Amino acid sequence: MVSMSTLRQSLSNPTRFMELSATALPWVAGAAGLLLTFGLYLSFTAPLDYQQGHAAKIMFVHVPTAWLSMFGYVLVAVSSFGLLVFRHPLADVSAKAAAPIGAVFTLLCLLTGSLWGKPMWGAYWVWDPRLTSVLVLFLLYIGLIALRSSIEDETLAAKLTAVLSLVGIVILPVIKFSVEWNSLHQPASVMRLGPPTIHPSLLWPLLVMAIAMSVLFAALYLKAMRNEVLRRRLKALRAYQVRASLDLARQPAE
Amino acid sequence: MDLGSHAAYIWSAYAAVGVGLALLIVWLVLDGRRHQRLIDELEAQGVRRRSDQPGGE
Repeated sequence: MVSMSTLRQSLSNPTRFMELSATALPWVAGAAGLLLTFGLYLSFTAPLDYQQGHAAKIMFVHVPTAWLSMFGYVLVAVSSFGLLVFRHPLADVSAKAAAPIGAVFTLLCLLTGSLWGKPMWGAYWVWDPRLTSVLVLFLLYIGLIALRSSIEDETLAAKLTAVLSLVGIVILPVIKFSVEWNSLHQPASVMRLGPPTIHPSLLWPLLVMAIAMSVLFAALYLKAMRNEVLRRRLKALRAYQVRASLDLARQPAE
Repeated sequence: MDLGSHAAYIWSAYAAVGVGLALLIVWLVLDGRRHQRLIDELEAQGVRRRSDQPGGE
């Protein structure tokens, strides 16, 4: 029987990760495509909301992007913790891969929220606690990406980015509870204590789109991690090439 | 499909998500291909990682 530590060591090996992810990625991406197609069909055939009318359809893309914008940050923070505490070989690869994906989902959350806000609230943007805290999350993602790319020493950049991401995790409870602070934004309708407050005819399209986008997020994350492993291999190969050419130059002429 | 008076907002929201995710996918695919091509070029020149060399790990 394989022990947990052997399994963990096997999964933490970048070469093993590349083998496993190469097999998994086409299936995960295919599942995301099928689920998104089904989710879009359910979204556009869903009945009208009695208050929002057709505009409620925007929720089927807005809510999943909002959930995943926060999940992406949890992924960055947990990976950063794994780097700083356990020095896991793939932890920094994971943190670096998740940041731009999380940033894109946060930007899409802000855009779709604005496009829902204009017909429902009469404004694309208000300095509401929920909207403002999600904007801070987006800026935090941009800050993490900018900090990493501004430091040439990759080991130092990884550590500093990890520390910043752990400090920044404070934004997640702020986003979660901001709807209770004199906010225009409605409180949680699905992820709450007690049953969802949405009618099942609108809840199902939302849940299918949330699952579809989560699977798509997983596919994008796997691909981004594979790219980062390849980038590090390329860097190592270039270093070998430079070292080999220097050794050649040092050899005395016969 | 009649989406009523809010159709422009609804289509814009779905288009934003579609374009945003499509750009992310294209970037990731092209980035991966570029790295793999550069690795293949170096390996074709005989540059190998230590673990890929005879007697390596």
